[in-house]
Amino acid sequence: MKETKYSICGMCAVRCPVAVEVSDGRLAWIEGNSHDAAMGKSLCAKGGAAFAQRMDKQRPVSPMLRVGDRGAGEWREVSWDEAYAFITRKLNAVIDEHGSKAIMMSDRGGPFADLRQAFMLALGSPNYINHDCTCGRNVHHASKSVYGMGRKDFAYDYAKARHIVLFGRNIIESLRVKEVKSFLAGIKNGARVTYIDPRAAATAGKAGRYWQIKAGTDYALLLGIANCIVNNNYFDEDFVAKYVSGVPEFKAFLEPYTPEWAEGETGIPAAEIRAFCLELNEDRPRVIIHPGWMLARYRDSYYASRMIHIINALMGSIEQPGGLFYPKGAKDAGKKGLKSLTAIIPPVKEERADGCGTRYPQWDKGAGMLQTAYEAIDTGSPYPVKAYFVHRHNPFIALPDTAEQRRIFDKLDLIVAVDVNFSETAWYADVILPESTFLERDDIIRTEKGLKPGFGRRQKCVEPINNTRAGWEIYTELAKRMGKEEYFPYNSIEEIWQYQLQDTGLTAADFDAKGFVKLSGDAIWHDRDQLKFGTGSGKIEIVNAKWEAMGVASLPPYVAPETPPAGSFRLLYGRCGYQAHGQHQNNPILSELLGENELWIHSKPAKKLGIKDGDRVLVTNGNARGTIRAKVTDLIHPQSVFMLHGFGTDVPAKKRSFGKGLADQIFMKGKLKEWDKAGGGLNLNESFVTVTPAAE
Amino acid sequence: MSKYIVTQDVADCIGCRACEVHCKAKNHSGPGAYYCRILEVQSNRGKTPQIDFVYLSCFHCEKAWCVDACPTGAMRRRDSDGIVYVEVKDCVGCKVCITACPWTVPQWNAETGKVGKCDLCKDRLDQGLDLACVSKCTTGCLKLTTPAEASQAARQAFAEQLYLKRS
Repeated sequence: MKETKYSICGMCAVRCPVAVEVSDGRLAWIEGNSHDAAMGKSLCAKGGAAFAQRMDKQRPVSPMLRVGDRGAGEWREVSWDEAYAFITRKLNAVIDEHGSKAIMMSDRGGPFADLRQAFMLALGSPNYINHDCTCGRNVHHASKSVYGMGRKDFAYDYAKARHIVLFGRNIIESLRVKEVKSFLAGIKNGARVTYIDPRAAATAGKAGRYWQIKAGTDYALLLGIANCIVNNNYFDEDFVAKYVSGVPEFKAFLEPYTPEWAEGETGIPAAEIRAFCLELNEDRPRVIIHPGWMLARYRDSYYASRMIHIINALMGSIEQPGGLFYPKGAKDAGKKGLKSLTAIIPPVKEERADGCGTRYPQWDKGAGMLQTAYEAIDTGSPYPVKAYFVHRHNPFIALPDTAEQRRIFDKLDLIVAVDVNFSETAWYADVILPESTFLERDDIIRTEKGLKPGFGRRQKCVEPINNTRAGWEIYTELAKRMGKEEYFPYNSIEEIWQYQLQDTGLTAADFDAKGFVKLSGDAIWHDRDQLKFGTGSGKIEIVNAKWEAMGVASLPPYVAPETPPAGSFRLLYGRCGYQAHGQHQNNPILSELLGENELWIHSKPAKKLGIKDGDRVLVTNGNARGTIRAKVTDLIHPQSVFMLHGFGTDVPAKKRSFGKGLADQIFMKGKLKEWDKAGGGLNLNESFVTVTPAAE
Repeated sequence: MSKYIVTQDVADCIGCRACEVHCKAKNHSGPGAYYCRILEVQSNRGKTPQIDFVYLSCFHCEKAWCVDACPTGAMRRRDSDGIVYVEVKDCVGCKVCITACPWTVPQWNAETGKVGKCDLCKDRLDQGLDLACVSKCTTGCLKLTTPAEASQAARQAFAEQLYLKRS
């Protein structure tokens, strides 16, 4: 029997809607879910390698208990019952000695996180954290400080834009299928594209203007742009008069930051900056300046992102076709939303270990901040943290300086990793609980915000082939064994779905036909004369008094980045379209596409160092060292070098990728302690390395 | 009659290599063997970097060198639509087709010891379905068409670009 099941891809964190054809209980075909017109049948390479992931045995295929030292790779396969009993015993010991708050979780996050948040609440801990300190925290907090709204409260209407401006937002390689299609449609419709990046990522090839900016000077360029826009009145005066406060202070602040000044900092000619600003004036309000997706890069990334948010407001491009828009939810469609699994669990009043909302009052409590939670593990202050759940998150390679992380992890009594793959972090855990692949598991229903809001469902397409379980089974069972059945009373995913949908008038069966349910037939746009912002004044605040009171200046003077010492380069990293986050380098198909990363280095310093294209080079920073093949190219700024992230795994079980290529994060010495004090993002592009020819 | 042609709108190709993966996932071409390939070409000569990705598969030649060279008749051309394909049971792994092809398109499968190549997913075509690479292309830049239709589509797109520039 053949049937098509609609679900949600799980190969990366974009989670595209997919259609899976199953024939007599066997996987036959996977493609994009074309009921979603923006998706069509399209599927990226990672999604295309989903069946191969399922068949791959170089993954955890049964619960595993560590028998040797942490990280030694000596494991014993155990039953689920034994794994649960072990975890429960350890958790109870931690709770007896230190209380429930001594348990924390870091989660990759995403639309199914409600389940894990509920689990942590049920245990009585405030310490749920997601991965965002190495991703969008700076963008999010910048957005909060300007608009009083988070980064996900804005989306981008590329297809109708006249000018798309990307500060390192590598839209065609850090790939979201629907977004890239909309971006290319925008170009076909005549949009200009400006791409700004020390390295010409593939997105530069789609741009009409590419600026090879000196790394770490985005904020300077943005100040020069803002200066030019403000002084020439290249902005939407009506929109600004109605919605934006702090303009006089802004004008005074910008005075020294002329395009000529910016040229000196960034290397981008002032005349080109002026020509660009003139174009913005022609193109507004259909202008999108992307405020950044992953922006845990420089000391001042928060301020660079803030400046982008402000310039978007000057363009009047908010809630504007061809500009930025608010993704609408159930409420905007006049409907009830999903009921959160946390709704039946009492809130936890304890202070968070990571200091969000207390030591760092400006930071959102919802996502937490992992590097300051590490401080709590390390110092025992504000209180000891002793048990750590790592859910499909891989901090050992996402955060800097793996060696330093290991030292901190050694202060934990229990590390539990829940993952589909052997992440580098899971390899250091005490217990690995293998989650079923997305094809083999159900998840909780998700909210899908957009111009036409709705809900979407991931469903099990085939039975697990290994001794793995779905996340909802794992956390429900653990909660029950910890005596929290009243907060996790579910016996099946259907009961969870029913609970979530109870206010919506929908049932799980409503998702069978298309995999999602739309709550509005028409695109919902708010009245642009009645826009509301979440700040204290209800306006877009260039100067935010609330944030200033919390010690975060609104308009700090520019401080130039450190120049790499002689013989050194600033280390940049990124990704390609077919392997992301170190999750795909060992996939049977994807590993074949690229086995090793390369070090991009500009031809001038390469020549000086005697390095030719294809030579092996030695990269060092302190005691971190490794060799890699050089790619000599002028598509990278001479002061920087670049490598793709996710290579050089030290997990021997991943035989296809073990020891291949070089890991960037090992060179980020001391960077666990260096992060953007305003936005919280880690400074992942602030490390320097030396590069020399390596003996073959 | 060689009926089909796969066209690529290079402007919309992002080099994501989904086509290669969708092909491998369906056709199990073997390690290192790719029935279709995305080739990256770069130039830094212009004002902005030129970074393009070119799709290359089999051209399904009207007079196919590989078919002529094959000593066992394993390499065949389907009369009905001109698809050039390998009848795997008849392949002896001599590799002469690889040598004969001007683009070295036939692929060596080290696991089976036989040659494989793009057959335009004829099993899918025969069911009225599109090729793996084309149907799931991330950006929709690949298309299975006929030479006449491809020409018409390219001319139409050119005309529309002229119009867009004028308006």
